[in-house]
Amino acid sequence: MPEPVVRARDLGRRFGGRWALGRVDLDLLQGERLLLMGRNGGGKTTLLRLFSTLLAPSRGTVAIFGLDPAREAYRIRRRLALLAHLPFLYEDLSGPDNLRVVARLVGRADDPAPWLARVGLDPRPDPVRTWSAGMRKRLSFARLLLQEPELALIDEPYGQLDPDGHAWVDGLLKEMASAGTTVIVASHLVDRASALCQRALLLHDGLPRWSGPSDQAPRAWTCFQERAS
Amino acid sequence: MTGPRGGRGKGSGTLLQLVRKDLLVGWHGRARLVGLSTYAVTLLLVFSFALGPDTATLHDHASAYAWVALLSASTLLLAQSFLQEVEGGALEGLLLLPVSPVALFYAKALANLLLLLVLAGVLLPLGAVLFDVSPSGPPLALAGILALGCAGLVAPGTLYAALTARVASQQVLLPVLLFPLVVPPVLASVKATALLVDGDPMGQLGAWAGLLVAFDVLYWSLCGVLFGRVLEA
Amino acid sequence: MRWTLLLGILALVALTAGHGIGLFASPPDAAMGQTVRILYLHVPSAWTAMLAFTVAAVAAVGVLWSGRPGWDALLEGSVEVGVVFCGMLLVQGSIWARPTWSVWWTWDPRLTTTAVMMMAFLGILLLRRLVDEPGRRATASAVATIVSYVDVPVVYFSVEWWSAAHQGFSSARTVDEGMRLPLWVSLLGTVLLGATLVLWRTRIAAEARRREEDAPDLPPAPPPLDLEIAP
Repeated sequence: MPEPVVRARDLGRRFGGRWALGRVDLDLLQGERLLLMGRNGGGKTTLLRLFSTLLAPSRGTVAIFGLDPAREAYRIRRRLALLAHLPFLYEDLSGPDNLRVVARLVGRADDPAPWLARVGLDPRPDPVRTWSAGMRKRLSFARLLLQEPELALIDEPYGQLDPDGHAWVDGLLKEMASAGTTVIVASHLVDRASALCQRALLLHDGLPRWSGPSDQAPRAWTCFQERAS
Repeated sequence: MTGPRGGRGKGSGTLLQLVRKDLLVGWHGRARLVGLSTYAVTLLLVFSFALGPDTATLHDHASAYAWVALLSASTLLLAQSFLQEVEGGALEGLLLLPVSPVALFYAKALANLLLLLVLAGVLLPLGAVLFDVSPSGPPLALAGILALGCAGLVAPGTLYAALTARVASQQVLLPVLLFPLVVPPVLASVKATALLVDGDPMGQLGAWAGLLVAFDVLYWSLCGVLFGRVLEA
Repeated sequence: MRWTLLLGILALVALTAGHGIGLFASPPDAAMGQTVRILYLHVPSAWTAMLAFTVAAVAAVGVLWSGRPGWDALLEGSVEVGVVFCGMLLVQGSIWARPTWSVWWTWDPRLTTTAVMMMAFLGILLLRRLVDEPGRRATASAVATIVSYVDVPVVYFSVEWWSAAHQGFSSARTVDEGMRLPLWVSLLGTVLLGATLVLWRTRIAAEARRREEDAPDLPPAPPPLDLEIAP
């Protein structure tokens, strides 16, 4: 059996006296795509940050690419990318300059034009501070693509985007799928995102409530919503 | 997902790219830098009003006023340099690329040193005119003391700016932490500058310069080691 | 707890004895007269402050090395006690300077270094109040403690160069025969008092952190969602 890209055993994290996440067991193989569902504060972002090595677990273990984040964070970080709530951008720099900074640091050609084209942006020279939220989201996607990750952790890809943008994200995720990238997506748009994933996990109050194949995810989500209300 | 999977930047290459990035961000935020220079010049004027118009007093303490103005402006500069990083989560993004914290520290400290020297380059000639001072020592020595003194402010300052970057009252906390720490380089810089301005009959300049070098070596290494822990936390 | 109490009682006994001899049974100084008696308070305070900061620096290395909360509590306790003793030192220094040099404050290297040191460590206490997350607070204050501790000799050295006038060190070996006994005894008493306070304060800090991080046990896993009985 091949080494899973993400392996979690009894994974949990608390902040002060509050458990934000607990009892997560997961094996994600290379090329698999997982949808994380759950309400705000359910633990999706905490789980993604644990997988990204930015957070250390309070209990249980996690291994990414078979490596221990506590000791080999550097090697893991080379191979993954995270799209988070914060855009990871310099607000005073233009979009192209932001991409150039990243490209130089990861040793890519520093021409940002093809990456901007892929996310449908013009190489505007004004600082991203003045950009709309949706455009910044697209730029963050370009930053993620530029890293060419083997594991992509994507928090709320549809947030702040217009309907055209939603369709564009679908296309992007499909592209990643055909390239064999392992993807974890956290999203509230369950119907939309489940069609692009194979597996799904529902988190509520930091605990897993349901997991299964993603074609059942919309039904699980509806059940959960009705049960909870 | 195509594209050349080149070797990722490491070591000095990364350091250079990071300095380049910091200077680029500094350049795009140059309005703030102009603001900082104006603030420092205003401080010099305030000293003149508080103590003048006795030209002799101002002349005698010129190097002290210049360094106090530079110190005050430097805390604002240092705080700003991390505001850019925390605001959009850019620093976290860099750590995930991944960039080593050691490279991050030295890049940030070097960029801050360069910006502070630019500030000093504006401030000191103006101060010299205001306080009627013309250096008797060699200009190169003055530049050297300036660089050593600023380096002494910048190394612990960069560490503390990172330490306080996510604290709500950074504006207050940073100077409270930093000022006691940089007493030695400030003392040494003021004395050395004064010796270069007024002449050095006792040959004390070497001792003060030595103190500055010792402080710089100590803190440029210690802070580089500790910086990683600050970012992790 | 019992040991700390015992330590405290020992401290009180030694302080009473030391200051008793110091105030009533030791000779006045040839040059300084009666004002020399502040020596029995001043020198021990200085030692205790310096020892407390040294313990803090060791605790800081412990925090960064092992990350165990106990080190962080010790750091909080010793920095706080060190700052209090620094404050006492400054007050005593002023009280002594007034009759001796007829000023409240002089830029004596030791007094100046004490003031700078106190401000530096006071800043660390402020930092601790302003950082909410316990782990981040521990790391941040440990880093600041190491950086500040390393600075103490450098500050002393630079201030000594900077201010020409200074007094030689007072230690038990440089003073008159009749002053040695009270000095040693009050030194012992003050150091024991400092140790008692550090231990008490550390215990309080450890308890505070325990409460802060007191998490209820992770709730049990809820039953899996049953999709079949859904409407």
